[in-house]
Amino acid sequence: MVAWTEFERATIQDIFSKIDYDVVGPAALSRCLVVYPWTQRYFGNFGNLYNAAAIMGNPLVAKHGTTILNGLERAVKDMDNIKTTYAELSVLHSEKLHVDPDNFKLLSDCLTIVVAAQFGKAFTAEVQAAFQKFLAVVVSSLGRQYH
Amino acid sequence: MTTLSTKDKQVVKAFWAKVSGQGEEIGTDAVARMLRVYPQTKTYFSHWKDRSASSPDVQKHGRTVMAGVGDAVAKIDDLKGGLLNLSELHAFTLRVDPANFKILSHNLLVVMATMLPNDFTPEVHVSMDKFLAAVALALSEKYR
Repeated sequence: MVAWTEFERATIQDIFSKIDYDVVGPAALSRCLVVYPWTQRYFGNFGNLYNAAAIMGNPLVAKHGTTILNGLERAVKDMDNIKTTYAELSVLHSEKLHVDPDNFKLLSDCLTIVVAAQFGKAFTAEVQAAFQKFLAVVVSSLGRQYH
Repeated sequence: MTTLSTKDKQVVKAFWAKVSGQGEEIGTDAVARMLRVYPQTKTYFSHWKDRSASSPDVQKHGRTVMAGVGDAVAKIDDLKGGLLNLSELHAFTLRVDPANFKILSHNLLVVMATMLPNDFTPEVHVSMDKFLAAVALALSEKYR
């Protein structure tokens, strides 16, 4: 089990209460598809991903970005059981979606940058550490059921 | 990984022109974040008494790093040749594991996002990320 400090718990709740899932989700996913274009391999049926403008305006990308943030919220609501929370999603990403787990880290880095941009100076080194620790646990749990 | 396109170089130079005025702040913040968020990087600085963001050693090192990045921007057309001396320094004297270049790059990008959220678009992000990766590669050139 992961040990969370009071600061870390409070920081994660605070961040997620202040971000708009419909904005941050699409921003993070589209950024990932632009910055790491090989991640587009998983979105063959999303239509036009031809260039940055197309990606950022793509409604299927936006919808999926929101889905991802809602998925993250499940971990935010139960930080002491993230591994269990994501067991099924881990199997899904492995067995059905066949996503290379290294990609989770790429998306997580993009999400960090989008959140950093929104919070500016308030995204201090301490806040960054807590946020990245949370995402690392999520990423690890999503990769857990791969075999 | 890949060579920088003409567009990448233009984007990097344009963005650098916007941020170089705050270069010291960016460098210091990035180094401080690296030490805090990736504690394993502190192992390279055991000779510093104070590794907090306000420490003079951290601030000086932030300035040094940013001067290096600025130098790399100026030599963007030949990073391997231009950064030869720095590569030898990192390879033979400092012996920093190259995995750490990626870590520092990430923190530089995070700081850029906090300071210029509207300018650090995905297009700027990808070119800067490619550039920093190219710098890291040039720095690793002399390792083995």
